[in-house]
Amino acid sequence: MTGRHARTALATVVLALGAVGCKPASQETAPPPPPAADASGKTEVVLCDNHTKVTVDTKANPTRDDGEQIAQQLMAQWKQKNPGVDWEADERRAHDLVPAADNAGLVGNPQGQTYGAITDRDVLLWKSQVETFALAGSRVFHSADELGSTIAVSCDMCHPDGANTHPETYPKFQVQLGRTVLLRDMINWCIEHPVRGPRLADDDPKMRALEAYIYAQRKGVPLDYGRR
Amino acid sequence: MKSIETKYMEERERTLRGLAGLSRRDFLKVSTAAVGATALHGVFNPHSFQPVDVASAATVDPAGKVEPFRFAYISDSHLYSKDLNDRFVNGLMRAVDDVNALDPQPDFVFYGGDLAQLGQPQELELGAQILKNLKAPVRMMVGEHDWYLDLGEKWRSLFGDDRYTFEHKGVQFVTLNSVIEEDFWTERNLSPMERMKTVAGLDNHGQRPFTVGAEQRAWLAQQLEKVPSDKPLIVFSHSPLYKIYKNWNFWTDDAEEVQAILKRFANVVVIHGHTHQVLTNRIGNIHFHGLLSTAWPWPYAPQGLPPLTVQMGRPDPFNPNDGCGDGMVQVHADGLVDKVYALWNRNPVTVSRRYTLSGGKEDRPAAPLLASF
Repeated sequence: MTGRHARTALATVVLALGAVGCKPASQETAPPPPPAADASGKTEVVLCDNHTKVTVDTKANPTRDDGEQIAQQLMAQWKQKNPGVDWEADERRAHDLVPAADNAGLVGNPQGQTYGAITDRDVLLWKSQVETFALAGSRVFHSADELGSTIAVSCDMCHPDGANTHPETYPKFQVQLGRTVLLRDMINWCIEHPVRGPRLADDDPKMRALEAYIYAQRKGVPLDYGRR
Repeated sequence: MKSIETKYMEERERTLRGLAGLSRRDFLKVSTAAVGATALHGVFNPHSFQPVDVASAATVDPAGKVEPFRFAYISDSHLYSKDLNDRFVNGLMRAVDDVNALDPQPDFVFYGGDLAQLGQPQELELGAQILKNLKAPVRMMVGEHDWYLDLGEKWRSLFGDDRYTFEHKGVQFVTLNSVIEEDFWTERNLSPMERMKTVAGLDNHGQRPFTVGAEQRAWLAQQLEKVPSDKPLIVFSHSPLYKIYKNWNFWTDDAEEVQAILKRFANVVVIHGHTHQVLTNRIGNIHFHGLLSTAWPWPYAPQGLPPLTVQMGRPDPFNPNDGCGDGMVQVHADGLVDKVYALWNRNPVTVSRRYTLSGGKEDRPAAPLLASF
């Protein structure tokens, strides 16, 4: 999935920009050599992708603000070259996602983690990670292109906000198919028939994301497998 | 051993043959006979094919000013261009065939909006071309899918004004453009297609709620100024003209203001598209009816469903046309209507004048076998 590649790249950039903005800990004892300045008194700062760069006035003692400014310029350039990196924010703006459990009640609990007590950060991370996964599903769910539809049909056209997908009723005996199916089998049925796209492998990242979104949207409904 | 399908088709064939040239009294006999025949199969399925008395007898109101008549409707076809998507094109063509097969022909055919999916010229032109095959005259209404690519330019060039009034057999008709959204696109610098796609997503929150708008409300008030309060009024609106569920724009933000304009009339019927389902409501003197889509059914909204609505059955995803259809409106002498939802592959559902008038106490439509989850 493109989203996954985009996220990996973004993480690298953030690390790189961190290095621009403040001094890495390992170099605190020995200050880095001053950047090479050309005769014009300008310095070229290149992003870790080896392509994106900005040229700034060379300063003997750059401040943190200078660094952040450079970082912002680089980031802006990189985002322009990589449209869709804000897909998560875009997706949240466009479509409702039922929020994941926040587990805040577990903060401070010493029992749960390998390393000491559960922190706010842990809880935040769990929530944001699982919601990102579901948002990736929302993106596929709402996009005929992502689904590979040959007739420009996407899931949300019959199931706004994931309505009427009733994931809590699976597995069930699907009378029309004459066999017991899982949610993913019905997703594939819909992709092949009303959507007219290629079926997804059970472990296809898109299938996993779609399942995540559909289950997320049905939060709080009791499981009732086999329900017609 | 015959399959269920074969039995169904045989039963249907028998019933249809029996129906030809029946009087109303005989109709009831056949009706009973068909139920008996079904029972003979051993399994009584109340949703098997049985003749249904579809608004055959218009009530006679001696004080009525209206000569009873009927009109047909088709709505929400959401056409893409023909080479991209044949599915929705077939849906609209099926509806046109349905309406053309009506005998006698309806007085006119009302198109409930969302002819196109993304408001593109080729989509609207294709729709116009297919609708030209209708034998009866067509009254067009605009939907948000027709509007937000070029803000109605192409639609108006094909079909004329997006709001108009007309009079038919004693009923005052008003067609509104009720899909007006506040400008959300300029600030975000959206292209026309981005704007269109934002509005086209039912669950897309990048847009604003539908309105009729102050300017059009003033127009409406002015149009109705000289219409006497006892004259029956039928209003066509793409959005429901009441509030069901804001997240899906099953909603008109200035609904109360519009209703206030309609309040002084004795009998008002609002026929609206957009919701793709059997939907019934009544607010005082105003009786609301939804329209079926020829493209796909929407689920019922999780909130705000009017208590008067008897839901249609849960559509079967294995039948691409289930939950879709077209239908008819029988206008009675007092201007109130029997609303017929001609669901494809299912028995038609009639939401009668008596049902809405009695506040749901009389003539209740049959409950669905499988309700929504």
